[in-house]
Amino acid sequence: MARMSMIEALRSAMDEKLSDDASVLVFGEDVGFFGGVFRCTAGLQEKFGEERVFDTPINESAIVGLAVGMAAQGMRPCVEVQFADYVYPAYDQITQEAARLRHRSNEQFTCPIVVRMPTGGGIFGGQTHSQSPEALFTHVAGLKVVIPSTPYDAKGLLIASIEDPDPVIFLEPKRIYNGPFYGDHSGKSVPWSQHESSEVPEGHYTVPLGKAVVRQPGNDITILAYGTMVYVAEAAAKQAGVDAEIIDLRTLLPLDLETIRHSVEKTGRCVVVHEATRTSGFGAELIAEVQEACFWHLKAPIRRVAGWDAPYPHAQEWDYFPGPERIAAALKLAMEE
Amino acid sequence: MTRQTKLNFPHPPARPDETPDFSAIDIPEAGILDVPPPELKAADSHDYAQGLIRILNDQGDAVGPWADYIADREDESLLQGLRDMLKMRAVDKRLLNAQRQGKTSFYLQCTGEEAIGGGFQRQLEQGDMNFPTYRQQSLLIAADYPLRDLMGQIYSNACDPLQGRQLPIMHSAREHGFFSISGNLGTQYVQAVGWAMGCALRGNGKIAAGWIGDGATASNDFNSALLSASVYQPPVVLNIVNNQWAISTYTGVASGQSKTYAERVLGYGIPALRVDGNDYLAVVAVSRWAIQRARNGYGPIAIEWFTYRAAPHSTSDDPSAYRPKDEALAWPLGDPVERLKTHMIKRGIWTEERHAQSEAELLAEVMAVQKEVEKHGTFVNPQPISPAEIFRGVYADMPEHLRRQRQEMGY
Repeated sequence: MARMSMIEALRSAMDEKLSDDASVLVFGEDVGFFGGVFRCTAGLQEKFGEERVFDTPINESAIVGLAVGMAAQGMRPCVEVQFADYVYPAYDQITQEAARLRHRSNEQFTCPIVVRMPTGGGIFGGQTHSQSPEALFTHVAGLKVVIPSTPYDAKGLLIASIEDPDPVIFLEPKRIYNGPFYGDHSGKSVPWSQHESSEVPEGHYTVPLGKAVVRQPGNDITILAYGTMVYVAEAAAKQAGVDAEIIDLRTLLPLDLETIRHSVEKTGRCVVVHEATRTSGFGAELIAEVQEACFWHLKAPIRRVAGWDAPYPHAQEWDYFPGPERIAAALKLAMEE
Repeated sequence: MTRQTKLNFPHPPARPDETPDFSAIDIPEAGILDVPPPELKAADSHDYAQGLIRILNDQGDAVGPWADYIADREDESLLQGLRDMLKMRAVDKRLLNAQRQGKTSFYLQCTGEEAIGGGFQRQLEQGDMNFPTYRQQSLLIAADYPLRDLMGQIYSNACDPLQGRQLPIMHSAREHGFFSISGNLGTQYVQAVGWAMGCALRGNGKIAAGWIGDGATASNDFNSALLSASVYQPPVVLNIVNNQWAISTYTGVASGQSKTYAERVLGYGIPALRVDGNDYLAVVAVSRWAIQRARNGYGPIAIEWFTYRAAPHSTSDDPSAYRPKDEALAWPLGDPVERLKTHMIKRGIWTEERHAQSEAELLAEVMAVQKEVEKHGTFVNPQPISPAEIFRGVYADMPEHLRRQRQEMGY
């Protein structure tokens, strides 16, 4: 066991897979010699050589397109898109090629790729370094969509993703790369080393895809969250003084409906939280599934707290970010109804 | 001195009811370009990228250094090449007919382009991989892909290796070196480069071949593929089939002021050759040279196959609305089948009688398979594939939500 930040845990996962599987490759913009703008791949090229870990031109469509061709013949590329906001040129390759190759070729060809990308805001990144595009991928049959919230999960989920036989979109909440974030941007940031979930085993382990986890047990209300918002929700529940059960979804597609259903049937109340814009966001899907599965157990309408339906602003970041106050207000409302 | 700024909108040389006019196309004589060394660099390939490699002259003789380059070819391989093209033509004819009879939803012929896929495929080895567009079925014919599988895909019946998942003509035949066609344009060009990078990393001695049309050279992934190939130098042959038309859009809309597509490739630092795609011998010679070059570690190479799309874009298209009806007949580089036939007769290994006989035999072979495959169902006489197939293979293991949806559908 070692204390690791999420960045170190992700690097450890790639290190592990590069070591034990010669077909694993890591590439993307700035990931080779430099080790990535967030340092996730630091030292990997030096250790494994540039045939395994290398830099690419600034062309996301090529990054994913090359990965599709490599994966189809049996390699396992784990590629980085520098920011989720840059993924759009690769959207064609992801949605129409990677996601459908197994199905359309009747399994003659498959596409075991991982597309890693830092997601979400909270770093004063403005419109093009803060987006949360998960719903654009959960809408696509054939993809898996993963988002960790702890260093332990980050490593275990990334290893599981690289070993998965199908394409995985691996979203990395960049606000919590270096420590958990409880929504108070004015306070001192807490490093992962002071958080118990930064205990990360050396060597190989997996966290299974498609399994949510109850991050905080509670009885009065269920909060569905993922990524950074798991911690913000924790702070909000404390602030609202409610006995909330917080579920960290970890994998958005396929969704672990059983864990959700079990919790909502117990609490009878539910609030959904995400950073992404509200309209047609993943929260809409969650609410639809929860009401269909748990309608007769519900004591109040399901609330959602999300980013406003506007482009992610720079200077007004904390007016935009769905912070603890907004979540606490939604929790209180749901409790009163 | 100034000029008024004015936009340019390219137009084809002739529209319907006008006389076909290819006078602007420069056709160099056959046999004037030499065979470059395998280490050819982009900077030294301007003559090949701007010229046109041709072996068969107007009299049907094989002339020049490229003819010498393939002089070791047995007569049998020419007979095989002609058979491939005749078989392709018979398959296209019968499947077009099937679409007209309502037996399938869609078809798309490769008339006039049979030499390109046929001649190229015969130079590949088992384990090499094509990333074709939807007009490269001639690759499958020359790979001896079973007609039963090919036709089953068109009818989406029990003989369909893809079990109804794909639009007719979007074949996938891994064992025959034919990658699954997505139906998007351009996207698979860069995948070919990725596949070739995999070959190099594994050191397995195999190569990849990307295919793109003149129209799709405009797509983003044309740039993605060429740049990646230039950067990483994998064993890939990047084919550009310039057949003059992208549905109704004239090739000038894709080329802009560039004279040739091969020339455009040179800017990426990749050598490129421009070839008469209706000259079977030129196709064979240049394919062999390019494939060997890639396999022997000299890096990527591009080929512009200069040809003409004699057929409509697809069965959903009516070219008489945008080009002269008889334009194909006016194509200055003729018809690939006729040209090879003329050469073989002149060479003394073929006759008009044997040609007619061969056409009839191949048509009969194709029709016999077609009749058999149609027994398994057509759009007129459907024998549906199980709807449960929709859910199989979306993922390696079916997730719970798909299982629920399949049950909801009743399976």
